[in-house]
Amino acid sequence: MKKVLINECKAVFPALSRNESISRSIAAAFLLQCDPTVEETAAVKTAVSEAVTNAIVHGYRNSKGYVEMLMKLFDNNTVYIRIKDKGAGIADVKAAMEPMFTTAPADEERSGLGFTVMENFMDKVRVRSVLGEGTTVTLEKKIGGKPLDKR
Amino acid sequence: MIKIYNDGKRITAALVGDIDHHAAREMREQLDDVIARSRPELLILDLAGVGFMDSSGIGLILGRSRAVRAVGGELLVKNADYEIAEVIRISGLGHLIAAQPNTL
Ligand SMILES: Nc1ncnc2c1ncn2[C@@H]1O[C@H](COP(=O)(O)OP(=O)(O)O)[C@@H](O)[C@H]1O
Ligand SMILES: [Mg+2]
Repeated sequence: MKKVLINECKAVFPALSRNESISRSIAAAFLLQCDPTVEETAAVKTAVSEAVTNAIVHGYRNSKGYVEMLMKLFDNNTVYIRIKDKGAGIADVKAAMEPMFTTAPADEERSGLGFTVMENFMDKVRVRSVLGEGTTVTLEKKIGGKPLDKR
Repeated sequence: MIKIYNDGKRITAALVGDIDHHAAREMREQLDDVIARSRPELLILDLAGVGFMDSSGIGLILGRSRAVRAVGGELLVKNADYEIAEVIRISGLGHLIAAQPNTL
């Protein structure tokens, strides 16, 4: 059965660390319409925070630009959140997704666990990246058991 | 924001608010200041007032754990919400969660 798009929302903001909390509040607000549990909301907020922080900290480390967050809700209660930057890009995505891998200098205390956290809290995490062009992270999670029309 | 309760060689730091990359920097400075001044035997990070934490908090906890060890002490975390404890466990720092928080 083909899934049908119910709603979508896009937020675009400059790569400032103060937008980390704003972006996850927007995601939590979008999620409200599918009646999520406290755990589901926390999971999505955490994953969004990781991806947006990465765009700000790593993507735009040596440049300025915008982060785009596109959220989609489908009728099978699946939420897609795509976080996109036009920053540095990732040389080796597979290596970058390994636990404890970080390219940040030690004094920044990045744990290298951002992707690990995203993968633990979401059903699917996809990363597309081109060096010098930017990175797109797509997070996907099915929310709750009840179909939307039964709520 | 951080509230410090100093009980001789045992210090409890109650962290308040979200812990993300944006907030972690200031918390780190304040905690390192306390560690350098008081050289605690035990530093307890009380997360009761923390509603959100991502992997930036892991960097914060791990860094402070090392700093406390460097002065001969130990670090423990208590009162973490379920999801925050989950982030800590995923990161392999589950052993820093206080087993008997009520006795601390
Ligand atoms: N949007 C991005 N742009 C450029 N590099 C990225 C991006 N996201 C992740 N990376 C790379 O992947 C590595 C691992 O990311 P992550 O698991 O979140 O750990 P951390 O952020 O703690 O370094 C980063 O250190 C960085 O090299
Ligand atoms: Mg990260």
